[in-house]
Amino acid sequence: MSTGHRAVARARFRESLARWLFIAPAAVYLLLFFGYPIVKNIVMSFQQYTITTFYTGAPPFVGLQNYSTILSSDLFSKALLTTVLFTAGSIVGQFVLGLAFALFFQRSFPLGQVLRSLLLLPWLLPLVASGTTWRWMLDSDTGVVNAALRVLHLLPSGVPWLTGTSQALVSVTLINIWVGIPFTTTILYGGLQDIPTHLYEAAKLDGAGPVTTFRHVTWPLLRPVVSVVLVLGTVYTVKVLDIILVVTGGGPADATETVATQSYELSFQQFEFGRGAAMSNVLFVISLASAMVYLRANRRAQNA
Amino acid sequence: MITPARPPARRSAARLGAGIATLALVATGCGGGGGAGAGSAPGKVTSITALDYYTDQTEHAQWGELLAACGGTVGVTVEQTSVPGASLIPNVLQQASSRTLPDLLMLDNPDLQQIAQTGALTPLDQYGIDSSGFAKGILSASTYDGKLYGLAPDVNTIALFYNKDMLAKAGVAVPRTWAELKAGAARLTRPGRYGMAVDANATFEGTWQFLPFLWSNGGDEKQLATPQAAQALQLWVDLVKSGSMSKSVLNWTQSDVSDQFVAGRTAMMINGPWRISALNEAKNLHWGVAPIPVPQAGQNPVTPLGGEVWTVPQSASKARQEKAAQVLACLNDSANMLALAKQHFTVPSRSAVAAQYAEQVPSMAAFVQSVEAARARTGELGVKWPQAATGIYTAIQYALTGEQTPEEALQHAQQIATSP
Repeated sequence: MSTGHRAVARARFRESLARWLFIAPAAVYLLLFFGYPIVKNIVMSFQQYTITTFYTGAPPFVGLQNYSTILSSDLFSKALLTTVLFTAGSIVGQFVLGLAFALFFQRSFPLGQVLRSLLLLPWLLPLVASGTTWRWMLDSDTGVVNAALRVLHLLPSGVPWLTGTSQALVSVTLINIWVGIPFTTTILYGGLQDIPTHLYEAAKLDGAGPVTTFRHVTWPLLRPVVSVVLVLGTVYTVKVLDIILVVTGGGPADATETVATQSYELSFQQFEFGRGAAMSNVLFVISLASAMVYLRANRRAQNA
Repeated sequence: MITPARPPARRSAARLGAGIATLALVATGCGGGGGAGAGSAPGKVTSITALDYYTDQTEHAQWGELLAACGGTVGVTVEQTSVPGASLIPNVLQQASSRTLPDLLMLDNPDLQQIAQTGALTPLDQYGIDSSGFAKGILSASTYDGKLYGLAPDVNTIALFYNKDMLAKAGVAVPRTWAELKAGAARLTRPGRYGMAVDANATFEGTWQFLPFLWSNGGDEKQLATPQAAQALQLWVDLVKSGSMSKSVLNWTQSDVSDQFVAGRTAMMINGPWRISALNEAKNLHWGVAPIPVPQAGQNPVTPLGGEVWTVPQSASKARQEKAAQVLACLNDSANMLALAKQHFTVPSRSAVAAQYAEQVPSMAAFVQSVEAARARTGELGVKWPQAATGIYTAIQYALTGEQTPEEALQHAQQIATSP
């Protein structure tokens, strides 16, 4: 009796142990490579973590000082606004163009496949390489873009793409849209493929035109994919660093300085690791908040 | 955390080729019974490590040879590692936290004081190294809290490079004053070509290029919001506004500036002697070099001092530190600094050797003259310099884009320089 009981208990224990063992690798991995850095970053943001810390190994605790320093600097509000404009501009541009491309490639036509794969090109190039190329192309004096504008007699004086404070933000946003189109198109195209064709046929029979079909068939069924694209796109765009660093370096006159580039500069150029960590936590909160806002709005829309 | 003493002990034991048994003995502090290789007598160190940022193949090889030769004179082999310039400090920080700093460490001179402040470096006076006769600028860059932590065999600074053919054709004499620079640059400007180019990048490089103009006019990094500083900044603004200098200088690095010069898209530029070998490769380019123009005729330009200093980091082994210090002394002896200067178009950092060098290599005379009066960037502000430097390049960017007047921009710079 009691042995049987024990056997059952042992079997149960073994079963739960096995369950934990299956989870363990993933859990350890997550804790080590995601949990630890996040916790370390949060701790660091409350410390005066500078070059000296690396040798002494003992960063003094400074409470909220890092946060108050970065949040009160006049550069922060500017960088925050730039981040919002850059993100919003990129997302809108990427989404509109990406959706247009996805709808376009949904029809079958000669060379459609080839063109669709060419569209992936920006995605395949290393960002530093494409950024450097863009920098050359947009050079005010020798860049091909201004040369083309001159030849076409559109703008004989050219546009200061990277040297004008208002133009530079537009330039990096446009480049980021170019980088983001493949991602948006690919996911939206996949979403469009999943919409059953008989719905389109039914709409046609009911006499729906292309606009009505899009509004009442395509858009409602594409919504879940759209929310994925927008949330991921926002999270990706908020933290964009490489494009801006390569193309403008945050300049001219801080015109393209975002929260992400600020965080990078604090940590890796000024070696103010504590402040850099605080800034990256701000960034973390921003992308988390934007994801939450969108997800919640989406859930409400679905329930309604 | 690893205790400071252990990794070096383990490392040196491994180097000496001793087995695991010896390793245990060394680690537990009783290496008495070891063979010929083990033990901690000062004479027994047979190899030391060195870290620098000379990743260029030729440069790496030239430094490698010199390090090996100097190592040979004191009976050690030197294991040289070179990392790219931008990753040197991150690398050093990592090594500092894991107590694996090399025995001999090269640093860019404005970084020395910050690293010395951490306590990771040893003062050189304890090794009896002779620092007499060195140019004042380099000694002030290498001194922290009254103690000397590094020495640079050769130093450099920036000067005005000009395209001889373009100046001759336009009938422009090499400018010596700001007024001549402005007038000359304007006359040299053609469609598709600018008269002048600088690096006004939002990095420390932009600051470095602006310093000769700031300092020669009596400006100072301790107080940036002054008329002298504003005049210097106004000069750059005027050059851009008049179209003599491209607005793209806002994004150019020093090597971009040099590329523009080689491509014939600018007639003059500010740059350093490290570009000379690249300039010599351009066959049709006839270039000359002159001191940077000064506000009024007859003044001497005050330029920033560039160059890399060699230091001896803290380590557990006094014997290794001694050896590293001996190699450092050898790198900095007169013969070697002369050879290095000739190899890299730099200037020997001992004034007497520099004078000798100017006689032997007349094309470097402009640099020798400038280096004599050159100022170290960290000479006045020490570890606070990076903040002032950030303020200066920010001011350059705001003034050249026309976002602010030079006066406003420098007010802003002063705020950045003195913010906590």
